[in-house]
This record gives sequence, C-alpha cells and structure tokens, in this order.
Amino acid sequence: MAKVDEDPTSVPLLEMHGIVKVFPGVRALDGVDLQVRAGEVHCLLGQNGAGKSTLIKVLAGAHQVDGGEVLWQGQPASLGSPVAALKQGIATIYQELDLVDWLSVAENIYLGHELSKAGFSQRAVTRRKARELLQRLGHPEISASREVGTLSAAGKQIVSVARALSRDAQLIVMDEPSAVLDGEEVENLFHIVSDLAAAGVAVVYISHRLEEIRRIGDRITVLKDGRTVATGLDARTTPTAELIKLMTGRSIEYVFPQRSQTPPGPEVPPLLTVSGLSRRGEFEGVSFEARPGEIVGLAGLVGAGRSEIVETIFGARRADGGSVAVEGKALRNGSVGAAVAAGVGLCPEERKSQGLILDQAVYQNISMATLSRFSAGGFRRDSAERSAAMKVAATVDLRPPDPDRVVRTLSGGNQQKIVLARWLLRECRVLLLDEPTRGVDVGARSEIYLLIRQLADSGVAVVVVSSEVEEVLGLSDRVLVVAAGRVLLDGPASEVNEDQVLDLVMGGTAA
Amino acid sequence: MTEKSADGARLDTADDPNQPARAVPAEIAPTVTGESARRSLPSGLMRNLGLIIALVLLCLVGIITAGDRFASYENVLTILRLASVIGVVSIGMTFVITAGGIDLSVGAVVGLASVWATTSGTQLLANNVHWLIVVSTALLVGAAAGLLNGLMVAYGRIVPFIATLAMMAAARGLAEILANRQTQIIRVNGFLDVFTSDLFGIPVIVWVFAAVAVAGWILLNRTTFGRRTFAVGGNPEAARLAGIRVKRQTMMLYGLVGLSAGIAAVMIMARTTAGSSTHGTLYELDAIAAVVIGGTLLSGGRGTIVGTVFGVLIFTTLTNVFTLNNLSISAQAIAKGLIIVAAVLLQQRVAARSRGG
Repeated sequence: MAKVDEDPTSVPLLEMHGIVKVFPGVRALDGVDLQVRAGEVHCLLGQNGAGKSTLIKVLAGAHQVDGGEVLWQGQPASLGSPVAALKQGIATIYQELDLVDWLSVAENIYLGHELSKAGFSQRAVTRRKARELLQRLGHPEISASREVGTLSAAGKQIVSVARALSRDAQLIVMDEPSAVLDGEEVENLFHIVSDLAAAGVAVVYISHRLEEIRRIGDRITVLKDGRTVATGLDARTTPTAELIKLMTGRSIEYVFPQRSQTPPGPEVPPLLTVSGLSRRGEFEGVSFEARPGEIVGLAGLVGAGRSEIVETIFGARRADGGSVAVEGKALRNGSVGAAVAAGVGLCPEERKSQGLILDQAVYQNISMATLSRFSAGGFRRDSAERSAAMKVAATVDLRPPDPDRVVRTLSGGNQQKIVLARWLLRECRVLLLDEPTRGVDVGARSEIYLLIRQLADSGVAVVVVSSEVEEVLGLSDRVLVVAAGRVLLDGPASEVNEDQVLDLVMGGTAA
Repeated sequence: MTEKSADGARLDTADDPNQPARAVPAEIAPTVTGESARRSLPSGLMRNLGLIIALVLLCLVGIITAGDRFASYENVLTILRLASVIGVVSIGMTFVITAGGIDLSVGAVVGLASVWATTSGTQLLANNVHWLIVVSTALLVGAAAGLLNGLMVAYGRIVPFIATLAMMAAARGLAEILANRQTQIIRVNGFLDVFTSDLFGIPVIVWVFAAVAVAGWILLNRTTFGRRTFAVGGNPEAARLAGIRVKRQTMMLYGLVGLSAGIAAVMIMARTTAGSSTHGTLYELDAIAAVVIGGTLLSGGRGTIVGTVFGVLIFTTLTNVFTLNNLSISAQAIAKGLIIVAAVLLQQRVAARSRGG
C-alpha cells in the first residue's frame, strides 16, 4: 500500500476501518479502509461487484455495517439512518438521481428539510435560498421554480449538488456523476467539484474513467472483492497500469482449468455465428464465431457494450442489423423463445434480478427452462422433475444438495451454479455467460471456472463476458476485446497478454 | 485446479449437507447451517393452520351466540351456497394475483355475462336448441372479457390495475345497455331444473364450487401452466430469460379469471333465477380480500388455492354469524376490514421469518 500526501497533524474528516457488510450468502464488504480529508477529491476505484455501491450506501446510512468502525472528525460516529448521515454532514448523490420529477427545483433542494413557519411552507424564502445555492454553483440560469422533470441530466445533477449544499454537507459522495453527461457538461461538473474542494468540502468521487480521476482527483482508494487493496494513492502520478492491476489483478491466485489440447480448427463448422450484429447507440458490426468445445471471451469495461451483445444474441434485445445463427440456421431477431429452442442459454449479468426466482425452491429454479420435458399432457411429473434437477445440481456440485431450499438463502457461488444447472439440464449447445463470477466468493470461483471448461469439453460453445481481464484470458480459448461498442481485437487467448488488452480497453473508453 | 473429483466429493457430503467437504473451500459451504426446515418453504398444514384456527373460532362464536340456528345442516348449506359464487371468482383471482397481477373487473364481468346469457335472443335460441346455450354464452363472454384484459396487460403494457379498472367500468356499462337496466328472468327450460337441484343432498352450485376449487388446485400445483404462473409472478424477467413466454402466459391467466367470472355468472343466475347488470357488484373486493387473507402474496410469486377456499369460508361464515345475530351489514364490513389487516400483518411476519429475518 502506497501512502502519499500524508499530513500527520490534521485529523481526517472521515476514517473507516475494517468495515464489514454481510448479505445473506455473500460478504459484500470484507475489510474496507477509507480515509477522507477535508477539501480533497477522493476517488474510489473498483470493478463492478467490488463493493463500491455497498460502501456508498453505508456512507449514506442506508446500510448498517456488521463490523468495523467509522470515525467522523476523529470521533466514533454511527451512520444509523439516512437522516443520521445527513446530520453528520454526509450527502450522497446517487447515479439514478433521487429527485422528484414533478416538484420544482427549489422544492427538490429543500426536500426533507422544508423551510416553514408555523407549519406553512415559506415558498418565497425557499426559492430565494435555492437561487443563492444555484448561483454559488455557477448556474444562475436554472430557475428555482422550474419543474425538475424538464431539466437535462446535467441540470438535475446540479440540483442534487445544491441539495447537498443546502444540508451543509462537509462530505459529498458522487456515484459516477459523469456517466450521464456529455463533454461540456463534464467540464462543468469538474468546475463544481474543484470549487467544492477549494471551499473545504470533501468529495468522494466514483468513476470508471481514469482520465477524469487524473484530472480532478487528489487521492485514490482501490476496492476489490469487498476489500481495500490500496489507499491514499496519488491520483496524478500513480501509473495507469498499476491502478488497473490493483482493480482487476489477482488478489488471490485463481486456478484456471487447462485449455483443451486440440482446439477446434477452422475446418470444424461453428455452432454460433454472429455476423455484423448492431444495435444503435450500443454496439456496431460485431462478428465472431464459436465452435463446439471453444470458450470465447469478451473482454472490456462496463458500458463497452458486452452485456448488450450477449443479450442481443439471446434475443432479449432486438438487433438493428446483422444476424445470429446457430449451426448455420439464422435465429429470429428479438425472440428469446427462438434462441432457447435452438439450444442457446444465457446466465445473465444481474443474477438476482434476471436469473433467479429468489423465493422459490432450488429444483424449481433449475427446471424453469425445461418444464415441458417433465410434463405429460400439461401435468407435471414432480418426482421426475426433482430427480432430474438434483442430478444436474450434483453435477455442478451444489451445496447443500437440498431441492427444497429457498434460493435466496444460498451464497452467490451456489446461486450461479443453479443458473448454470438450468441450462445444463436443457442440454443447450451455446452458452452465454455474462459475468459468471460476479458476487461469487473467491473460493468458489475456481469451481465455476472448472465447470465452464467441463461444459466446453462436452461440446458446448461458450461465450464468456467479464470485466476481469485476467478471467477472460485465463479461461478462454479465444479473446475478443470490446470497447465503445466495437470489437478491437480477436485472437487466440494464448497469444494475447494482459497489457495489450488493458491498453485497448482503456484507450477505447477514453476515445 | 481444485482436486475435486466430482463423485468423491459428492459422496462425502451427500448425507450431511452441512459438513464442508475437504475439497471445497470454506467460502462455498452453506453460510447458514441448521434449521434448514425454516429456510425451506412452509408446508401446507403449517401455512393454513392460522386459517383453520380462525374458522374454528368463528364457528365456536356462531354456536355460542346462535346455537342450533348456526349448527344445523340447513345453515351449513346456506353458508356453502353463499360461499360458492364468490368462491369461484376467488379461485380465478388467486391465479392472476399469484402471477403478480390483479383483476378489478371480475364483478362487472359477472354482471355482463349474466345479462348476455339471459337476453331474449339468447333465451330464444336456448329454448330452441338447449339450455347449455345459456351456460356457454356466459362462459364465452367471461373468457372473452378476460382475454381482452390480458391483451391490454400483456401486449398493451397497461398496468393491470388500470386495464382491469377500465374493463370494470366498460363491462358494467355494456351490461346496463344490454339489459336496459331491467332484471331478465330466466325462462329457459331445464336450466333452473339443473342448477337449483341437489345432488346427494348438496346443492349443485356447491358442487360446482368444489369442482372449480379442485381443478384450480390441480392446475396451479400439478401442471406446467401452474409452475409458469409462479415463475412469472416470482420474477418475470428471469422467467422471460429462461425461455418462458411471459406474455402468452399472462394473457391466458386473465382469460382464466374471466372464465371463472363466467362460471360465477351461471351460478348467480341459478340462485336468483335472473340475469342482471347489478350482479357481481363489489365481488372484486371480496375476492381479492379472500385471496389475500388466504396467504397469496399480492406482490406475486406465492399463491395457495386451499388458503383462498379458507379465506372465502371465513368471510361467509362471518357474514352468517352476524346475520344470525341480527347485526347490521355495516358491522360486518368493519369486522371484514379488521380481519384483512390482521391477516396481512400475520402474513408479513411469516414471510419475514421464512426469509431468515
């Protein structure tokens, strides 16, 4: 851990030590340290699933920690509720801005601490004070009486910042504020952030874009797998390669199963053929093939279009151009049914919201895509369904092998195994895996990797999407690098190295 | 590579799921050990125990306050007859609610179906052909109205509350136009003979309710249609991505409630010997209340036919006890409201416990 910019004389505004947050089945935070000084822009880096969102919610008082301590200006503090956090002086600006669209700018700024006298709202005072705040932020052009729903994303963001200031916040958390802004608006945002810092307000800034962090950040903390892997790094001088290594690199030695000795050559007809697939604003001209026994990895950062690509192949999104074929037979555009019938399966990125019915039993989740096989004239044959489901559950080594257990109570790794088991039961021939190890505990990852390889060895064509470069390189036979919706590289995984991929990935998003 | 030789590891742990196997890292061992019964879905009896107790208590109150007037064969039949019509609607309602939807139009559709099946035209046709014309007209009208609801919800993407609210208003209006606000007495030969008769000492409409309940239970618990209903209610996106045709399923579910409203229309026509545009008024509220106190989650994903039957019986027994004691309908309404709140509070407790806090 590198520590720079250390000033031992001043007490940090906020200190967090060994923060732990456990959700049923997963340790979202497992030892996070964070130290923020007044007047600094502190950047939080980490992949999806690294624990950033959970940490933000802890700071905002929306989640209660299960371990560790929080010091505010050197004193133990508790962030027991959103109100308590605001009282301490911590305001959070979420990615999905939490504004009420049909209220005015002024009403939104003072939402939750409305100015009133004897129970009557002081509309004129509220408007005047709101105007002052907007002025201070350099945006007097936003009218205090305008309905928030009519503002642009950038305008809404400014209202959110004004709201934080109205609470006299000393620390403002911004969750990917630039994600919804265009170039000029981002400049504007930077201006506001620098002014806040100059006025002594601490800003915790979360962004995927390294070049932004270089420009406005002072120090960086990197999270990975719910832990702080580095803190207090200098935002201007720490080399990009080092940051990315910290974010994506191995904190634990993952064990990747051996690639097949004889990869299928060009003489083998491909199982999956994607040609010129495009969706406006998301990705363009994506073409690749996957042969039986082959694992094709799609590497790239979040927002590069990888998930959109696999969901379009699966028919969950409708393509604007191009085609998808399984065994040479074109699939109907935008039809999940057609894809499933042709033997395609998808383990979606958001396992809990897209992949599972959390309050139902294990065997019911496994048999979801195969129900008609276990029915005679519409009547389910429950015992056949159970035994078949538990047979594949054993193949994926589900623990405990209890068919009636409610899925919600299982760990992330076991939940992922259930989604895999579903498609295993379906005997699908093309398997699309979107972030298969997200939210999966470190120990269970190697098992998932092994399962994926075993599936490929049995003749399945596998497409793996991951933001962890190491995972894509270690697991795949062939690698596609995707950035800004385009495939920049397509080659055998053994001939591509991590730096090459990182260069393309970062270059692609910077463009 | 983990040295897991799949078979070996499995044999080690097959008997004791809580025993971490040597080849498996501790992290993937179950995070919660023991009490696995509580983490599984509650069994049928346990889930309905509260309802059984409530019904027994109500009966005790009835026996104590009304004595033989309550505990007589005749009175039990009265309760069952009362329960039958709303019961059939509630069975249908259980399906849409389990799938995460709602149908506010059932009462109006009962009215519309009863009117359509008793217009002078329909009755003339039925007298010339067969009384089954009356029955099938009611069923067709109900199912068609339901399918139209389904079309609006599944393909028009109108939220179920609004789509069925619109149907509720429109169906009632259409019924009034068709009937010209007149009660249409049934003069079809045979229809009343069949539906007002007894079979083994029990009224035919009670048999119809029983048949619908049994068919509903089988459909929900023993068919792929039922499983898909649970899946769509539990997580529609996951269901879609598992290849289940969510829209078609939704459409059929609303058609099914419509059909149940059609059956209820036939039953109410038999009870009142007439079709009327006021038939079925407020049935949607009684049906939703019965379904919810039965234990079906309004948010979808969990549903129980047995619970719904108990819910209907509790409400009708309550009404009966109040009536026997000459208490006003207004007092009944208050009691019903209290029961609904108590039942939902209880349900939330149980749901929270089965999720492990």
